Amino acid sequence: MTALIPQSILELDKLVRTIADAIAAVLQGIGLGPAWVTLIQLSIACLVVIAFAAVVVLFLVWWERKISAHIQMRLGPMRVGWHGALQTIADAVKLLQKEDITPTNVDRPIYFWAPILTFVAAVAVYVTIPFGKGLIVSDLNIGILYILSITTFTVIGLLMAGWSSNNKYALLGGFRSAAQVISYEVPMALAIMGVVMFTQTLSMVEIVNQQQSFTHWYIWRQPIGFVVYMIAATAECNRTPFDLPEADSELVAGFVTEYSGMKFAMFFLAEFLNLFSISAIATTLFFGGWQGPFLPSWMWFMIKTLIGVFVLMWVRWTYPRLRVDQLMGFAWRFLLPAAFVNLILTGLLIAVFL
Amino acid sequence: MDPITLAFLALAFLIIVASLFVVSSRNIFHSAIFLILALFGVAGIFVLLEAPFLAAAQVLIYVGAISILMIFAVMLTARIADGQLRYTNEQVPTGLLVSLGLLVVMLYSLWQTPIPTSAAAPVSGAGRKLGELFLTQYVLPFEIISVLLLTALIGALVIAKKDPRAASAADDSAADVPARERERAVV
Repeated sequence: MTALIPQSILELDKLVRTIADAIAAVLQGIGLGPAWVTLIQLSIACLVVIAFAAVVVLFLVWWERKISAHIQMRLGPMRVGWHGALQTIADAVKLLQKEDITPTNVDRPIYFWAPILTFVAAVAVYVTIPFGKGLIVSDLNIGILYILSITTFTVIGLLMAGWSSNNKYALLGGFRSAAQVISYEVPMALAIMGVVMFTQTLSMVEIVNQQQSFTHWYIWRQPIGFVVYMIAATAECNRTPFDLPEADSELVAGFVTEYSGMKFAMFFLAEFLNLFSISAIATTLFFGGWQGPFLPSWMWFMIKTLIGVFVLMWVRWTYPRLRVDQLMGFAWRFLLPAAFVNLILTGLLIAVFL
Repeated sequence: MDPITLAFLALAFLIIVASLFVVSSRNIFHSAIFLILALFGVAGIFVLLEAPFLAAAQVLIYVGAISILMIFAVMLTARIADGQLRYTNEQVPTGLLVSLGLLVVMLYSLWQTPIPTSAAAPVSGAGRKLGELFLTQYVLPFEIISVLLLTALIGALVIAKKDPRAASAADDSAADVPARERERAVV
Protein backbone atom coordinates (compact mmCIF):
# COMPACT_ATOMS: atom_id res chain seq x y z
CA MET A 1 0.00 0.00 0.00
CA THR A 2 2.79 2.38 0.87
CA ALA A 3 4.24 2.00 -2.62
CA LEU A 4 1.12 3.55 -4.13
CA ILE A 5 1.37 6.72 -2.10
CA PRO A 6 4.14 9.15 -3.07
CA GLN A 7 6.92 9.11 -0.52
CA SER A 8 6.68 12.87 -0.04
CA ILE A 9 3.18 12.63 1.39
CA LEU A 10 4.21 9.97 3.87
CA GLU A 11 7.17 12.01 5.00
CA LEU A 12 5.76 15.49 4.82
CA ASP A 13 8.24 16.73 7.39
CA LYS A 14 11.18 15.82 5.12
CA LEU A 15 9.49 17.57 2.21
CA VAL A 16 8.94 20.68 4.31
CA ARG A 17 12.54 20.54 5.52
CA THR A 18 13.80 20.30 1.94
CA ILE A 19 11.70 23.26 0.82
CA ALA A 20 12.80 25.33 3.83
CA ASP A 21 16.46 24.52 3.10
CA ALA A 22 16.01 25.41 -0.56
CA ILE A 23 14.48 28.76 0.39
CA ALA A 24 17.32 29.37 2.82
CA ALA A 25 19.89 28.55 0.12
CA VAL A 26 18.26 30.96 -2.34
CA LEU A 27 18.09 33.74 0.25
CA GLN A 28 21.68 33.24 1.32
CA GLY A 29 22.61 33.30 -2.37
CA ILE A 30 21.14 36.81 -2.59
CA GLY A 31 23.37 37.74 0.32
CA LEU A 32 20.97 38.14 3.22
CA GLY A 33 22.07 37.69 6.83
CA PRO A 34 20.93 34.69 8.88
CA ALA A 35 18.42 36.76 10.84
CA TRP A 36 16.68 37.86 7.63
CA VAL A 37 16.68 34.29 6.32
CA THR A 38 14.98 33.04 9.48
CA LEU A 39 12.49 35.89 9.35
CA ILE A 40 11.53 35.17 5.74
CA GLN A 41 11.36 31.43 6.39
CA LEU A 42 9.03 32.02 9.34
CA SER A 43 6.88 34.41 7.32
CA ILE A 44 6.46 31.84 4.56
CA ALA A 45 5.65 29.17 7.16
CA CYS A 46 3.02 31.47 8.67
CA LEU A 47 1.47 32.04 5.24
CA VAL A 48 1.31 28.29 4.66
CA VAL A 49 -0.37 27.80 8.02
CA ILE A 50 -2.90 30.56 7.28
CA ALA A 51 -3.71 28.93 3.94
CA PHE A 52 -4.07 25.57 5.67
CA ALA A 53 -6.33 27.14 8.30
CA ALA A 54 -8.52 28.65 5.58
CA VAL A 55 -8.95 25.27 3.92
CA VAL A 56 -9.73 23.64 7.26
CA VAL A 57 -12.37 26.26 7.97
CA LEU A 58 -14.00 25.71 4.57
CA PHE A 59 -14.25 22.04 5.42
CA LEU A 60 -15.40 22.55 9.03
CA VAL A 61 -18.24 24.90 8.08
CA TRP A 62 -19.61 22.33 5.66
CA TRP A 63 -19.08 19.54 8.20
CA GLU A 64 -20.85 21.44 10.95
CA ARG A 65 -23.83 22.11 8.69
CA LYS A 66 -24.02 18.45 7.70
CA ILE A 67 -23.67 17.18 11.26
CA SER A 68 -26.23 19.61 12.63
CA ALA A 69 -28.60 18.68 9.82
CA HIS A 70 -28.29 14.96 10.44
CA ILE A 71 -28.68 15.41 14.20
CA GLN A 72 -31.89 17.31 13.48
CA MET A 73 -33.06 14.70 10.92
CA ARG A 74 -32.47 17.00 7.97
CA LEU A 75 -30.16 16.69 4.98
CA GLY A 76 -28.40 20.04 5.13
CA PRO A 77 -26.76 21.53 2.04
CA MET A 78 -27.17 19.13 -0.90
CA ARG A 79 -27.08 21.22 -4.08
CA VAL A 80 -23.55 22.50 -4.63
CA GLY A 81 -21.12 19.67 -5.23
CA TRP A 82 -21.26 16.20 -3.72
CA HIS A 83 -23.66 16.42 -0.73
CA GLY A 84 -23.15 20.18 -0.76
CA ALA A 85 -19.38 19.94 -0.29
CA LEU A 86 -18.77 23.12 -2.29
CA GLN A 87 -21.50 25.08 -0.51
CA THR A 88 -19.01 26.87 1.77
CA ILE A 89 -16.95 28.03 -1.19
CA ALA A 90 -20.09 29.46 -2.78
CA ASP A 91 -20.97 31.17 0.51
CA ALA A 92 -17.45 32.56 0.87
CA VAL A 93 -17.57 34.01 -2.66
CA LYS A 94 -20.93 35.56 -1.86
CA LEU A 95 -19.58 37.14 1.35
CA LEU A 96 -16.54 38.51 -0.50
CA GLN A 97 -18.74 40.16 -3.11
CA LYS A 98 -21.06 41.82 -0.62
CA GLU A 99 -20.98 45.52 -0.01
CA ASP A 100 -18.98 46.42 3.07
CA ILE A 101 -21.54 48.35 5.11
CA THR A 102 -20.39 50.56 7.94
CA PRO A 103 -23.34 51.91 9.95
CA THR A 104 -23.39 55.69 10.49
CA ASN A 105 -22.99 55.87 14.24
CA VAL A 106 -20.29 53.28 14.82
CA ASP A 107 -16.87 54.14 16.17
CA ARG A 108 -15.10 53.71 12.85
CA PRO A 109 -11.49 52.79 13.69
CA ILE A 110 -12.49 50.35 16.41
CA TYR A 111 -15.30 48.90 14.31
CA PHE A 112 -12.76 48.34 11.53
CA TRP A 113 -10.03 46.73 13.66
CA ALA A 114 -12.20 44.45 15.81
CA PRO A 115 -12.70 41.64 13.24
CA ILE A 116 -9.05 41.83 12.16
CA LEU A 117 -7.82 41.51 15.75
CA THR A 118 -10.14 38.57 16.42
CA PHE A 119 -8.99 36.82 13.27
CA VAL A 120 -5.28 37.43 13.87
CA ALA A 121 -5.55 36.14 17.44
CA ALA A 122 -7.25 32.98 16.18
CA VAL A 123 -4.58 32.39 13.51
CA ALA A 124 -1.66 33.20 15.80
CA VAL A 125 -2.43 30.11 17.88
CA TYR A 126 -1.55 27.89 14.92
CA VAL A 127 2.09 28.97 15.05
CA THR A 128 2.86 26.67 17.97
CA ILE A 129 0.66 23.71 17.14
CA PRO A 130 2.66 20.63 16.08
CA PHE A 131 0.74 19.37 13.05
CA GLY A 132 3.06 16.39 12.69
CA LYS A 133 6.57 15.26 13.32
CA GLY A 134 8.66 18.34 12.56
CA LEU A 135 5.62 20.19 11.24
CA ILE A 136 5.51 23.22 13.48
CA VAL A 137 6.15 26.82 12.57
CA SER A 138 8.03 27.64 15.74
CA ASP A 139 8.64 25.40 18.73
CA LEU A 140 8.59 28.07 21.42
CA ASN A 141 9.74 26.88 24.79
CA ILE A 142 6.78 28.71 26.30
CA GLY A 143 4.44 27.00 23.78
CA ILE A 144 1.26 26.44 25.73
CA LEU A 145 1.66 29.66 27.71
CA TYR A 146 1.95 31.53 24.40
CA ILE A 147 -1.34 29.99 23.29
CA LEU A 148 -3.05 30.97 26.53
CA SER A 149 -1.85 34.53 26.28
CA ILE A 150 -2.47 35.11 22.57
CA THR A 151 -6.06 33.87 22.81
CA THR A 152 -6.87 36.71 25.18
CA PHE A 153 -6.80 39.05 22.18
CA THR A 154 -9.93 37.33 20.92
CA VAL A 155 -11.86 38.76 23.87
CA ILE A 156 -10.54 42.23 23.20
CA GLY A 157 -11.66 41.91 19.59
CA LEU A 158 -15.14 40.87 20.71
CA LEU A 159 -15.31 43.71 23.25
CA MET A 160 -14.21 46.19 20.59
CA ALA A 161 -16.83 44.87 18.20
CA GLY A 162 -19.53 45.01 20.86
CA TRP A 163 -18.71 48.50 22.01
CA SER A 164 -18.00 50.17 18.69
CA SER A 165 -21.18 48.89 17.04
CA ASN A 166 -23.22 51.37 19.10
CA ASN A 167 -26.02 48.87 19.45
CA LYS A 168 -27.45 47.54 22.69
CA TYR A 169 -27.50 43.93 21.54
CA ALA A 170 -23.90 44.12 20.39
CA LEU A 171 -22.90 45.75 23.68
CA LEU A 172 -24.65 43.06 25.70
CA GLY A 173 -22.93 40.42 23.62
CA GLY A 174 -19.58 42.07 24.27
CA PHE A 175 -20.29 42.17 28.01
CA ARG A 176 -21.28 38.56 28.13
CA SER A 177 -18.24 37.45 26.19
CA ALA A 178 -15.87 39.37 28.47
CA ALA A 179 -17.43 37.99 31.64
CA GLN A 180 -17.53 34.50 30.22
CA VAL A 181 -14.00 34.38 28.89
CA ILE A 182 -12.46 35.87 32.02
CA SER A 183 -14.30 33.28 34.14
CA TYR A 184 -13.50 30.26 32.01
CA GLU A 185 -9.88 31.19 31.35
CA VAL A 186 -9.02 30.38 34.96
CA PRO A 187 -10.17 26.73 35.04
CA MET A 188 -8.73 26.23 31.55
CA ALA A 189 -5.28 27.43 32.58
CA LEU A 190 -5.44 25.30 35.74
CA ALA A 191 -6.43 22.22 33.74
CA ILE A 192 -3.49 22.76 31.39
CA MET A 193 -1.25 23.23 34.43
CA GLY A 194 -2.08 19.67 35.49
CA VAL A 195 -0.53 18.36 32.27
CA VAL A 196 2.42 20.72 32.55
CA MET A 197 3.14 19.38 36.05
CA PHE A 198 3.65 15.95 34.47
CA THR A 199 5.55 17.11 31.40
CA GLN A 200 7.80 19.58 33.25
CA THR A 201 7.87 21.65 30.08
CA LEU A 202 5.68 24.15 28.23
CA SER A 203 6.99 23.28 24.76
CA MET A 204 4.31 21.67 22.58
CA VAL A 205 6.84 19.47 20.77
CA GLU A 206 8.24 18.16 24.06
CA ILE A 207 4.75 17.44 25.37
CA VAL A 208 4.03 15.31 22.29
CA ASN A 209 7.40 13.57 22.50
CA GLN A 210 6.62 12.41 26.02
CA GLN A 211 3.46 10.60 24.89
CA GLN A 212 5.20 7.92 22.86
CA SER A 213 2.55 5.24 23.06
CA PHE A 214 -1.15 4.86 23.68
CA THR A 215 -0.59 4.18 27.40
CA HIS A 216 1.43 7.36 27.83
CA TRP A 217 -1.37 9.64 26.70
CA TYR A 218 -1.97 12.23 29.38
CA ILE A 219 -5.70 11.68 29.31
CA TRP A 220 -5.16 8.56 31.41
CA ARG A 221 -3.34 10.56 34.05
CA GLN A 222 -5.44 13.70 33.70
CA PRO A 223 -9.06 12.64 33.16
CA ILE A 224 -10.48 15.45 35.31
CA GLY A 225 -8.13 17.93 33.71
CA PHE A 226 -9.27 16.85 30.26
CA VAL A 227 -12.97 17.27 31.05
CA VAL A 228 -12.37 20.65 32.66
CA TYR A 229 -10.26 21.75 29.69
CA MET A 230 -12.84 20.71 27.12
CA ILE A 231 -15.71 22.45 28.93
CA ALA A 232 -13.73 25.63 29.58
CA ALA A 233 -12.38 25.69 26.02
CA THR A 234 -15.89 25.31 24.59
CA ALA A 235 -16.91 28.30 26.66
CA GLU A 236 -13.81 30.22 25.55
CA CYS A 237 -14.80 30.02 21.91
CA ASN A 238 -18.45 30.87 22.60
CA ARG A 239 -19.98 27.66 21.33
CA THR A 240 -23.28 26.23 22.51
CA PRO A 241 -24.05 25.50 25.36
CA PHE A 242 -21.98 28.60 26.13
CA ASP A 243 -22.93 30.78 23.16
CA LEU A 244 -24.47 33.55 25.24
CA PRO A 245 -22.40 36.33 23.62
CA GLU A 246 -24.18 35.77 20.31
CA ALA A 247 -27.36 34.10 21.53
CA ASP A 248 -29.46 34.49 18.39
CA SER A 249 -32.81 34.23 20.10
CA GLU A 250 -32.03 36.96 22.65
CA LEU A 251 -29.42 39.26 21.13
CA VAL A 252 -30.03 39.04 17.35
CA ALA A 253 -26.41 38.02 16.78
CA GLY A 254 -24.63 39.55 19.76
CA PHE A 255 -21.41 41.33 18.93
CA VAL A 256 -21.65 40.57 15.19
CA THR A 257 -25.11 42.17 14.83
CA GLU A 258 -23.85 45.22 12.90
CA TYR A 259 -21.26 43.40 10.83
CA SER A 260 -21.73 42.28 7.28
CA GLY A 261 -19.78 41.09 4.26
CA MET A 262 -16.08 40.44 4.70
CA LYS A 263 -15.94 41.71 8.28
CA PHE A 264 -18.64 39.26 9.29
CA ALA A 265 -16.75 36.55 7.44
CA MET A 266 -13.66 37.25 9.52
CA PHE A 267 -15.58 36.72 12.77
CA PHE A 268 -17.04 33.57 11.32
CA LEU A 269 -13.62 32.36 10.22
CA ALA A 270 -12.13 33.11 13.65
CA GLU A 271 -14.89 31.13 15.33
CA PHE A 272 -14.12 28.00 13.31
CA LEU A 273 -10.38 28.51 13.62
CA ASN A 274 -10.85 28.54 17.39
CA LEU A 275 -12.92 25.39 17.20
CA PHE A 276 -10.14 23.59 15.37
CA SER A 277 -7.37 24.93 17.58
CA ILE A 278 -9.17 23.90 20.78
CA SER A 279 -9.34 20.37 19.49
CA ALA A 280 -5.74 20.52 18.25
CA ILE A 281 -4.52 21.65 21.67
CA ALA A 282 -6.53 18.88 23.34
CA THR A 283 -4.96 16.39 20.92
CA THR A 284 -1.49 17.67 21.71
CA LEU A 285 -1.93 17.78 25.46
CA PHE A 286 -4.06 14.73 26.14
CA PHE A 287 -4.03 12.39 23.12
CA GLY A 288 -0.39 12.15 22.14
CA GLY A 289 -0.49 14.71 19.34
CA TRP A 290 0.84 13.24 16.09
CA GLN A 291 2.09 10.01 17.68
CA GLY A 292 0.56 6.85 16.22
CA PRO A 293 1.47 3.70 14.34
CA PHE A 294 1.47 2.99 10.55
CA LEU A 295 -0.03 6.26 9.26
CA PRO A 296 2.09 9.38 8.74
CA SER A 297 2.25 11.69 11.73
CA TRP A 298 0.24 14.56 10.24
CA MET A 299 -2.56 12.14 9.36
CA TRP A 300 -2.77 10.94 12.96
CA PHE A 301 -2.89 14.51 14.12
CA MET A 302 -5.73 15.35 11.74
CA ILE A 303 -7.69 12.21 12.65
CA LYS A 304 -7.49 12.85 16.37
CA THR A 305 -8.23 16.55 16.01
CA LEU A 306 -11.20 16.02 13.71
CA ILE A 307 -12.66 13.48 16.12
CA GLY A 308 -12.37 16.16 18.81
CA VAL A 309 -14.06 18.66 16.52
CA PHE A 310 -16.84 16.19 15.85
CA VAL A 311 -17.46 15.75 19.59
CA LEU A 312 -17.62 19.53 20.03
CA MET A 313 -20.14 19.81 17.19
CA TRP A 314 -22.14 16.94 18.61
CA VAL A 315 -22.31 18.74 21.96
CA ARG A 316 -23.28 21.99 20.25
CA TRP A 317 -26.27 20.48 18.51
CA THR A 318 -27.39 18.43 21.51
CA TYR A 319 -27.49 20.76 24.49
CA PRO A 320 -29.51 23.94 25.01
CA ARG A 321 -27.91 27.23 25.97
CA LEU A 322 -27.20 28.01 29.63
CA ARG A 323 -28.58 31.02 31.46
CA VAL A 324 -26.13 33.79 32.43
CA ASP A 325 -26.29 32.98 36.15
CA GLN A 326 -25.93 29.25 35.47
CA LEU A 327 -22.92 30.02 33.30
CA MET A 328 -21.12 31.95 36.02
CA GLY A 329 -22.17 29.55 38.77
CA PHE A 330 -20.91 26.62 36.78
CA ALA A 331 -17.50 28.22 36.19
CA TRP A 332 -16.85 29.35 39.74
CA ARG A 333 -18.69 26.73 41.80
CA PHE A 334 -17.95 23.61 39.79
CA LEU A 335 -15.17 23.96 37.22
CA LEU A 336 -12.75 25.94 39.36
CA PRO A 337 -12.94 23.63 42.40
CA ALA A 338 -12.68 20.63 40.06
CA ALA A 339 -9.55 22.11 38.50
CA PHE A 340 -8.05 22.72 41.94
CA VAL A 341 -8.83 19.18 43.07
CA ASN A 342 -7.18 17.96 39.88
CA LEU A 343 -4.07 20.00 40.63
CA ILE A 344 -3.81 18.67 44.18
CA LEU A 345 -4.34 15.07 43.00
CA THR A 346 -1.72 15.56 40.31
CA GLY A 347 0.74 16.90 42.86
CA LEU A 348 0.07 13.92 45.15
CA LEU A 349 0.47 11.46 42.26
CA ILE A 350 3.78 12.99 41.26
CA ALA A 351 5.00 13.05 44.85
CA VAL A 352 4.05 9.42 45.47
CA PHE A 353 4.83 7.66 42.19
CA LEU A 354 7.45 9.72 40.36
CA MET B 1 20.20 47.06 9.41
CA ASP B 2 19.36 43.71 10.91
CA PRO B 3 15.75 42.75 11.65
CA ILE B 4 16.24 42.87 15.42
CA THR B 5 17.16 46.55 15.35
CA LEU B 6 14.36 47.29 12.92
CA ALA B 7 11.88 45.44 15.13
CA PHE B 8 13.12 47.34 18.17
CA LEU B 9 12.69 50.68 16.42
CA ALA B 10 9.21 49.73 15.22
CA LEU B 11 8.20 48.55 18.69
CA ALA B 12 9.63 51.63 20.39
CA PHE B 13 7.74 53.87 17.95
CA LEU B 14 4.56 51.85 18.56
CA ILE B 15 4.88 52.05 22.34
CA ILE B 16 5.57 55.80 22.36
CA VAL B 17 2.78 56.68 19.94
CA ALA B 18 0.29 54.41 21.68
CA SER B 19 1.23 55.80 25.10
CA LEU B 20 0.76 59.35 23.82
CA PHE B 21 -2.69 58.43 22.57
CA VAL B 22 -3.53 56.81 25.92
CA VAL B 23 -3.20 60.14 27.70
CA SER B 24 -4.35 62.44 24.90
CA SER B 25 -7.33 60.59 23.46
CA ARG B 26 -10.64 62.26 24.20
CA ASN B 27 -12.48 58.98 24.28
CA ILE B 28 -11.74 56.78 27.25
CA PHE B 29 -12.47 53.57 25.36
CA HIS B 30 -9.87 54.53 22.77
CA SER B 31 -7.45 55.22 25.60
CA ALA B 32 -7.98 51.71 26.92
CA ILE B 33 -7.38 50.18 23.49
CA PHE B 34 -4.19 52.20 23.02
CA LEU B 35 -3.06 51.11 26.48
CA ILE B 36 -3.41 47.51 25.33
CA LEU B 37 -1.36 48.34 22.23
CA ALA B 38 1.37 49.90 24.37
CA LEU B 39 1.46 46.93 26.75
CA PHE B 40 1.64 44.56 23.80
CA GLY B 41 4.56 46.56 22.45
CA VAL B 42 6.35 46.09 25.77
CA ALA B 43 5.76 42.35 25.44
CA GLY B 44 7.38 42.58 22.01
CA ILE B 45 10.44 44.25 23.60
CA PHE B 46 10.62 41.34 26.05
CA VAL B 47 10.63 38.92 23.11
CA LEU B 48 13.48 40.84 21.50
CA LEU B 49 15.40 40.60 24.78
CA GLU B 50 14.96 36.81 24.59
CA ALA B 51 12.68 36.70 27.61
CA PRO B 52 9.66 34.94 26.05
CA PHE B 53 8.30 33.83 29.42
CA LEU B 54 8.14 37.41 30.60
CA ALA B 55 6.48 38.42 27.33
CA ALA B 56 3.80 35.75 27.70
CA ALA B 57 3.22 36.72 31.32
CA GLN B 58 2.97 40.38 30.29
CA VAL B 59 0.34 39.62 27.68
CA LEU B 60 -1.53 37.17 29.90
CA ILE B 61 -1.71 39.49 32.91
CA TYR B 62 -1.76 43.01 31.51
CA VAL B 63 -3.57 42.49 28.24
CA GLY B 64 -5.62 39.46 29.18
CA ALA B 65 -6.74 40.35 32.66
CA ILE B 66 -6.15 43.94 33.71
CA SER B 67 -7.00 45.65 30.43
CA ILE B 68 -10.13 43.61 29.96
CA LEU B 69 -11.29 44.54 33.45
CA MET B 70 -10.60 48.18 32.63
CA ILE B 71 -12.58 47.99 29.40
CA PHE B 72 -15.32 46.24 31.31
CA ALA B 73 -15.46 49.07 33.82
CA VAL B 74 -15.47 51.65 31.01
CA MET B 75 -18.31 49.87 29.26
CA LEU B 76 -20.34 49.68 32.47
CA THR B 77 -20.12 53.43 32.94
CA ALA B 78 -21.90 54.37 29.74
CA ARG B 79 -21.75 58.13 30.14
CA ILE B 80 -17.96 58.11 30.38
CA ALA B 81 -17.64 55.97 27.30
CA ASP B 82 -19.45 58.17 24.83
CA GLY B 83 -18.78 61.61 26.32
CA GLN B 84 -15.92 63.84 25.29
CA LEU B 85 -13.83 63.98 28.41
CA ARG B 86 -11.96 66.97 29.70
CA TYR B 87 -8.43 65.94 30.59
CA THR B 88 -7.27 69.13 32.22
CA ASN B 89 -8.38 71.16 35.20
CA GLU B 90 -7.14 74.18 37.17
CA GLN B 91 -4.21 72.19 38.56
CA VAL B 92 -2.29 72.14 35.28
CA PRO B 93 0.69 74.30 36.48
CA THR B 94 1.21 72.17 39.63
CA GLY B 95 0.93 68.95 37.66
CA LEU B 96 3.37 70.22 35.06
CA LEU B 97 5.86 71.17 37.78
CA VAL B 98 5.61 67.79 39.51
CA SER B 99 5.94 65.80 36.31
CA LEU B 100 8.88 67.89 35.10
CA GLY B 101 10.59 67.33 38.47
CA LEU B 102 9.95 63.61 38.17
CA LEU B 103 11.32 63.62 34.63
CA VAL B 104 14.52 65.36 35.78
CA VAL B 105 14.98 62.89 38.65
CA MET B 106 14.41 59.92 36.35
CA LEU B 107 16.75 61.19 33.65
CA TYR B 108 19.41 61.98 36.27
CA SER B 109 19.21 58.53 37.87
CA LEU B 110 19.22 56.90 34.42
CA TRP B 111 22.30 58.91 33.54
CA GLN B 112 24.07 58.04 36.78
CA THR B 113 23.28 54.33 36.95
CA PRO B 114 25.75 52.13 35.13
CA ILE B 115 23.69 49.61 33.15
CA PRO B 116 25.46 46.26 33.35
CA THR B 117 25.67 44.32 30.12
CA SER B 118 26.81 40.77 29.90
CA ALA B 119 28.08 38.70 27.03
CA ALA B 120 26.57 35.55 28.54
CA ALA B 121 23.84 33.90 26.51
CA PRO B 122 20.29 34.35 27.81
CA VAL B 123 18.94 31.56 29.97
CA SER B 124 16.87 29.13 27.96
CA GLY B 125 13.79 27.74 29.66
CA ALA B 126 13.61 30.71 32.01
CA GLY B 127 10.08 29.81 33.06
CA ARG B 128 11.25 26.57 34.61
CA LYS B 129 14.10 28.20 36.53
CA LEU B 130 11.77 30.96 37.65
CA GLY B 131 9.34 28.37 38.99
CA GLU B 132 12.10 26.52 40.81
CA LEU B 133 13.33 29.72 42.44
CA PHE B 134 9.79 30.66 43.47
CA LEU B 135 9.34 27.37 45.28
CA THR B 136 12.81 27.17 46.87
CA GLN B 137 14.79 30.31 47.48
CA TYR B 138 11.97 32.84 47.28
CA VAL B 139 9.19 30.71 48.71
CA LEU B 140 8.49 33.10 51.60
CA PRO B 141 7.97 36.27 49.52
CA PHE B 142 6.01 34.21 47.03
CA GLU B 143 3.67 32.92 49.74
CA ILE B 144 3.34 36.37 51.31
CA ILE B 145 2.28 37.82 47.95
CA SER B 146 -0.22 34.98 47.56
CA VAL B 147 -1.72 35.71 50.97
CA LEU B 148 -1.82 39.41 50.17
CA LEU B 149 -3.68 38.77 46.92
CA LEU B 150 -6.07 36.42 48.69
CA THR B 151 -6.73 39.08 51.32
CA ALA B 152 -7.40 41.64 48.62
CA LEU B 153 -9.76 39.21 46.92
CA ILE B 154 -11.73 38.53 50.11
CA GLY B 155 -11.73 42.24 50.92
CA ALA B 156 -13.18 43.06 47.51
CA LEU B 157 -15.86 40.42 48.04
CA VAL B 158 -16.75 41.78 51.47
CA ILE B 159 -17.04 45.32 50.12
CA ALA B 160 -19.03 44.23 47.10
CA LYS B 161 -21.35 41.80 48.79
CA LYS B 162 -24.76 43.19 49.58
CA ASP B 163 -25.86 41.85 52.93
CA PRO B 164 -29.52 42.90 53.28
CA ARG B 165 -29.37 43.27 57.07
CA ALA B 166 -26.10 45.15 57.10
CA ALA B 167 -27.29 47.40 54.28
CA SER B 168 -30.44 48.38 56.15
CA ALA B 169 -28.47 48.92 59.35
CA ALA B 170 -26.01 51.08 57.47
CA ASP B 171 -28.92 53.09 56.07
CA ASP B 172 -30.01 53.93 59.59
CA SER B 173 -26.69 54.58 61.25
CA ALA B 174 -24.34 55.85 58.57
CA ALA B 175 -26.33 58.43 56.69
CA ASP B 176 -23.17 60.29 55.78
CA VAL B 177 -22.23 57.69 53.14
CA PRO B 178 -24.08 58.67 49.97
CA ALA B 179 -26.27 55.86 48.69
CA ARG B 180 -24.84 56.19 45.21
CA GLU B 181 -21.36 55.39 46.42
CA ARG B 182 -22.54 52.23 48.11
CA GLU B 183 -24.28 51.23 44.92
CA ARG B 184 -21.13 51.82 42.94
CA ALA B 185 -19.24 49.57 45.34
CA VAL B 186 -21.84 46.90 44.76
CA VAL B 187 -21.44 47.21 41.01
